[in-house]
Amino acid sequence: MNWRNIFTVYLKELRDTVRDRRTLLSTLVLPTVLMPCLVFSAGTVASRIIHKASAEIPTVALIGAKASPAVRTALEANPRLRLVAATDDWRTRIADKKLRAAVEIPDDFDAALERGTPALVKFYNYESELRSGLAVSELRRFFTDYRDKLVAARLRERGLSPAFVRPFELRSQNVAPPEKVGGNSIGGLIPYLFIIFCFVGAIYPAIDLTAGEKERGTLETILCSPVGRTDLVLGKFLMVLTASLATVLCSLASMGISLLLGGSLLLKNGAAVAGAMAGAMPTLDPLGVLAVVAMVLPFAMLFSALLMTIALFAKSIKEAQTYVTPLVVLVILPAMMALLPGVELNTKLALVPILNLSLVSKELVSGVWHWPHLALIFGSSCLYAAAALALCVRMFNREDVLFRA
Amino acid sequence: MIAVRGLTKIFRDKKRGEIRAVDDVSFTCPAGRIYGLLGANGAGKTTTLRLLATLLQPTAGEASVADCDVRTQPEQVRSRIGFLATSTALYGRLTARETIAYFGRLNGLSDERIAARTRELADELDMHEFLDRRVEKFSTGMKQKTSIARTLVHDPAVLVFDEPTLGLDVMAARAIVRFVRDCRDRGKTVLYSTHVMSEVEKLCDTIGIIHCGRLVAEGTQAELAARFGDTDMEEIFVRAVGATEANA
Repeated sequence: MNWRNIFTVYLKELRDTVRDRRTLLSTLVLPTVLMPCLVFSAGTVASRIIHKASAEIPTVALIGAKASPAVRTALEANPRLRLVAATDDWRTRIADKKLRAAVEIPDDFDAALERGTPALVKFYNYESELRSGLAVSELRRFFTDYRDKLVAARLRERGLSPAFVRPFELRSQNVAPPEKVGGNSIGGLIPYLFIIFCFVGAIYPAIDLTAGEKERGTLETILCSPVGRTDLVLGKFLMVLTASLATVLCSLASMGISLLLGGSLLLKNGAAVAGAMAGAMPTLDPLGVLAVVAMVLPFAMLFSALLMTIALFAKSIKEAQTYVTPLVVLVILPAMMALLPGVELNTKLALVPILNLSLVSKELVSGVWHWPHLALIFGSSCLYAAAALALCVRMFNREDVLFRA
Repeated sequence: MIAVRGLTKIFRDKKRGEIRAVDDVSFTCPAGRIYGLLGANGAGKTTTLRLLATLLQPTAGEASVADCDVRTQPEQVRSRIGFLATSTALYGRLTARETIAYFGRLNGLSDERIAARTRELADELDMHEFLDRRVEKFSTGMKQKTSIARTLVHDPAVLVFDEPTLGLDVMAARAIVRFVRDCRDRGKTVLYSTHVMSEVEKLCDTIGIIHCGRLVAEGTQAELAARFGDTDMEEIFVRAVGATEANA
């Protein structure tokens, strides 16, 4: 192995890549710009939709309650609901979003309450429709209030205290540290994003430096120079690895900036809201996040070597893209499995690539450092990466791969 | 010098079976001579050259380049050879100077030596005007000059040219031919593959005609003229190839 040659190849590939707009776009610009754009645009749009929906007074159809003026009057007096008489096509009107919901009250509701007979109030809504859901929430709040007042009145009549029907209260309290809550809720998402960016960042350079060189006819030029095949592969591999890690770091920096900017915007918009959000927002262990980045390193190596090996088979960039694109799904699936509730890291799963990283990252950002698992995952990943690199060197020594006609 | 003995290359294809791209080829080219390898497309010229440049491994036979064995000393062979083929393109995003420097470094040259060689080659090939421009913007002639400079940066003892004038205009082609002749005059061993008969007549000291992977005729132009009863190189080629096909 000649380190001078490896470094020469690496520097040349780095210079070549930096001058290539397409690689820069996919490796640096997209992950850097995309993340804040997604966070801000999605956040702004969602907040506007929710704000607008909450400000709307929902139109609700009233079915029944013909002989129940008391409940009817109370409902009509509620400023947060616009009550209309139900027509025959009220179900269609809810589906057409002309009505947000409907409430069905028995005709003798008032009388039933007087008698002490249980009565049934039914709500009709359009499941998964935000405004319909808000209308039902308001109806539910109104009727819960109405029932509580009635119960309180009945207890007063009988000279009983409210504790008679509510002998004890229920309250739950979180004892998990905030970073543990964060690890379980969004901890799985962090490595998921890192894995995707790590893989995506390596795709274009890996294709460009192998199939791209074949297509442009430069591979034969470098193969007839004295540089050894192993040195050539290592130089190219280091470049693909650089691109992959640069993408991860850019996305990490971009995520950090997005969260910081998002936080400052929140503070600007209202200290009270910001305070409430800060209490609700899970926090992550920063040392754990750094450890996740370190754990990503052997995976970046594995992806770089594998992508180069696969892309080298292709005769053109287009053919290489055909081979590589389906692999994205193979990478996403195990990463997503870690997001499923109940999937916990054990010795067997610690040997499953990608899934092991996702699971251990969940622990790391929660502040849990299980050293035997960390060592097993890092060691096995390094072994997989070394095997992939050896395979890549082997492919670069195969005439039928290099000069595939 | 180049010494080739019984060189054979067999490709195995699932559909076409066994293909003998180079079949028992033997020839020698001493220093200070140009050996012209003449053949039609698909005759086996490029495969022969790739075997000599150690891009491919021979199936059988032996070959040495500047006293280094292509099979056992591939890296030494490549450091003593300058290989220029139609399939050896340049990196579009590098400048001509960066391209020369890159191959100089891979050949173990120091930065001072690379700078000196770049000046010499730019003088010889008249490259100063475009030395610091990116290759992707070059004309075919400028690209070919840069390719030659890249091939010669380490001043190799053996030069292998595969159709170096392909796609060039008359003036650029003449300049390349003149340059190859200069290399021969400086004592380099030159292997020149082409199917342009006029270039063979102008340049080559010894000519080998290759057809269907086999060397079917070899000699100086005078020897070939005497053997095939014609002085026109095109006629000689047609008769050599025709005789092989008739025998087959």
